[in-house]
Amino acid sequence: MNLNNIDTQDIELDLLLRAVYMKYGYDFRNYSKAHLKRRINQRLMLSDLNSISELQHKLLWDKSFFRFFLQDLSINVTEMFRDPEFYASFRKKVIPDLKTYPHIKVWHAGCSTGEEVYSLAIIFKEENLLNRTQIYATDFNKGVLETAKQGIYNKKEMDLYEQNYADAGGTGKLKDYYTSKYGSVLFDKSLTKNVVFADHNLVTDGVFAEVNLVFCRNVLIYFDKTLQSKVLDLFSNSLAKRGFLCLGTKESLKFTGYDENYSAVDKKLKIYKKTQLTK
Amino acid sequence: MIKTVVIGASYGGMDAIKTILQALPKSFTVPMGIVLHIGNNKISSFLSILNAQTNYSVKEAEEKESVKSNTVCFAPPNYHLQLEDNATFSLSTDKKVNFSRPSIDVLFETASWALKEECLGILLTGSNNDGAYGLEQIKKAGGTTIVQSPETSAAKLMPENAIKKCQPDFILDLKDIAAKMVEICA
Repeated sequence: MNLNNIDTQDIELDLLLRAVYMKYGYDFRNYSKAHLKRRINQRLMLSDLNSISELQHKLLWDKSFFRFFLQDLSINVTEMFRDPEFYASFRKKVIPDLKTYPHIKVWHAGCSTGEEVYSLAIIFKEENLLNRTQIYATDFNKGVLETAKQGIYNKKEMDLYEQNYADAGGTGKLKDYYTSKYGSVLFDKSLTKNVVFADHNLVTDGVFAEVNLVFCRNVLIYFDKTLQSKVLDLFSNSLAKRGFLCLGTKESLKFTGYDENYSAVDKKLKIYKKTQLTK
Repeated sequence: MIKTVVIGASYGGMDAIKTILQALPKSFTVPMGIVLHIGNNKISSFLSILNAQTNYSVKEAEEKESVKSNTVCFAPPNYHLQLEDNATFSLSTDKKVNFSRPSIDVLFETASWALKEECLGILLTGSNNDGAYGLEQIKKAGGTTIVQSPETSAAKLMPENAIKKCQPDFILDLKDIAAKMVEICA
């Protein structure tokens, strides 16, 4: 092997991720490298730094800077009823099954700023399930959890969300669930009465609870295959018998080795049902 | 040796891509990744046409799918397409870049990191600013770059921007691009 072929930036990136893990306990070493490099290069530009090594120095010696870095590596693009056809299918194919349970536990992993937590809660409410459902909404980023807890969003987004809601098979109007003020909207607190927002890191933390539904959409795409299978293992161990797993529409169990443990409820929209007791 | 060809196109891109893929000989098997700005509903019918009328297996890229010869992978609507170091495609729902998701710059830049000089980047017709930065990154990393000549482009702006920004290795009429790809990858 010719060591000179290793790109200097790749060496720097490797060292940075190790330093961050040792210093702060957050492990990004198995994130998609293209994703990391894009986000980190943006940070270099924003903070006027010349190299990843400089960023590493700053991160090691300036603890207050770390929260920017954490924000940079968070997955923070989300919307209410994202992929409405997924929610429509969820309503049709998963809800009837959940209705047979006296109590339902849901783990929404990587919930970010919470738009999809409210989406899910609205569906459960419309299906008369919300009162007997416990939702754990988790993320590793405490900042986004705070936003999720507040349930305040920009009014500008609401036209799109109203349309998504209708396409997702909503039975009323989305605007019935929020009040508007000064360009913002505040979602009805009764929606999150049974939601616990909690700090949980998929990479370094263990099984959260035994649940009937794991909801984790567009998070796994940011991980490499090794980490994907580790997290899928965590989900398998968290799911009760015949529990459901909902992934993002471009995420799949196909290349992971886990497809044998699940049957597809909706193959196209990535809704799966656990078929085995253990992994 | 070129390991993957990455192509970006916007307005007028369907015809341009079809022209190129149909002109490539069967012996040309280098994997291709493509970002085409196109309406969400049109892509699947376009891909089935290409599948039927070219020598290649043409499909939407799947998450963590390996880059394969004889295969052309398109970015799915509303996702960025990235190339990883280990010769797999990955997808991302990150913010739009140049008002676009998928963005050509994202594919090109990640390809430049993953492939260095083993990358061929081709920017075709379009009427926005996407792709110029990414093509520059491919060139800086030692890769080879082609831009469709503005005169043969349905929309000139995108090729013109790229030509200005990065002095591509080749500026070619649409009909000559396939032959040059064969020559470069030989």
